[in-house]
Amino acid sequence: MAGKGKLFGVLALQGDFEKHQHSLEGAGARQCEVRNLDDLKRVDALVIPGGESTTMLRLMDYYDLFEPLKAFGAEKPIFGTCAGAILMARGVSSPAQKSLDLMDIDVERNAYGRQVDSRIIELESSIGNVEAVFIRAPIIRRTGPEVEVLASYLGDAVLVRQGKHMAATFHPELTDDTRVHKLFMDLVGE
Amino acid sequence: MILNEAFRKKIGLAEMLKGGVIMDVTNAEQALIAEKAGAVAVMALIKVPSDIRKEGGVARMSPITCIREIQATVSIPVMAKARIGHFAEAQVLEALKVDFIDESEVLTPADDENHIDKHPFNVPFVCGCRNLGEALRRIGEGAAMIRTKGEAGTGNVVEAVRHMRTIIREMRQLTVMSHDELMVAAKHHQAPYELIEYCHKFGKLPVPNFSAGGIATPADAALMMQLGAETVFVGSGIYKSPDPVNFAKAIVKATLNYKDPAKVLEACEELPDGMPGLDIRQIKSEELMAGRGW
Repeated sequence: MAGKGKLFGVLALQGDFEKHQHSLEGAGARQCEVRNLDDLKRVDALVIPGGESTTMLRLMDYYDLFEPLKAFGAEKPIFGTCAGAILMARGVSSPAQKSLDLMDIDVERNAYGRQVDSRIIELESSIGNVEAVFIRAPIIRRTGPEVEVLASYLGDAVLVRQGKHMAATFHPELTDDTRVHKLFMDLVGE
Repeated sequence: MILNEAFRKKIGLAEMLKGGVIMDVTNAEQALIAEKAGAVAVMALIKVPSDIRKEGGVARMSPITCIREIQATVSIPVMAKARIGHFAEAQVLEALKVDFIDESEVLTPADDENHIDKHPFNVPFVCGCRNLGEALRRIGEGAAMIRTKGEAGTGNVVEAVRHMRTIIREMRQLTVMSHDELMVAAKHHQAPYELIEYCHKFGKLPVPNFSAGGIATPADAALMMQLGAETVFVGSGIYKSPDPVNFAKAIVKATLNYKDPAKVLEACEELPDGMPGLDIRQIKSEELMAGRGW
């Protein structure tokens, strides 16, 4: 956390937030946990980790974080992975649930099936081939005209960018490769 | 090393469940209460552990209709228990596409010498342990998540504390050993050498370490998280309490904010006392569940 440069927060309500902290650290970013409003006010950009999106929504409600996160996203960059991508979408199905509506994408939850259908693949992307870990992953069923698709798998977008936001339906934080995190850091800028 | 692709995929789901509460449920209605309260996953079982303890007899895998109903009701992961060593029950649960199998001492063991060989399965397993050796033997067999056992169905957290403190202490001791002492440490712990080496190097297990068995209040959950648990399992503590809905919510809140006493206090506010508890010393030794596992 020492030094200068942008401070990246990782939403630590639940999920694999430690893995994201590790990846950001490895990519040379300053990072910290975000558990409440005070934490959120300190950071320049935010990562919403993988986990259970239903549970995260519930926890946001308990501590009145939903609206502040939406407001944060209107001004500052957010990168969501898996559950994070679900929370950033405009529309969510299977089942429908509310979301922060920060990116013009619609996602279907658990769209590949249950845990036995989880997979690890070699993914071609705009930053070269990356190892992509899909865990009970959602599928992005629609991308709006302003959404840039950086990688697709079986015909569906899995890594997308829109303005200052990014979303991945897989888990770059579960590998030692920090290129996807670096991409987000570039987006945030110095 | 055992951290191959298939194993990493299994550990991946365990990572997603960190920082949360996994709740025992016996039907769809309870599963919905759990999901609404903010549980990260539910464990489907036929009876909560305190009833298994009370009623005795042989406790087996849950009836399929019960698990299917729960799967159809909630969108969070659904786990289910198989008997220790009963790989055919596990095969059935895998065919049913449960998200995690708990090879659990809460059910009556089906094999009194061997556990299930968990690597060939596609579905991840969680297993209980009382100490580091037991944890590493289970990971060696393919468990992608470890939970300290505690003593299920007692509402008494003392065994959960003992097991968590033991495993954390034993890992800490490994980190200060010199490399040439590790083989004897492996002999002492009766654990695979490469996993002893991993703990020596990283000071932690290669899989997430959760806590179970006797957690009955929000403060119990905060205690286990501060002792090093990465998530808590709550069984009888919710549905044997006088107010399951509010206990479920309060335990979720306390687990999230375990580092912040003011928030834990807020979670405990207005809750009645928890489920009736049992003194471990008054349970007959053959009725203790934690001793099951080899």
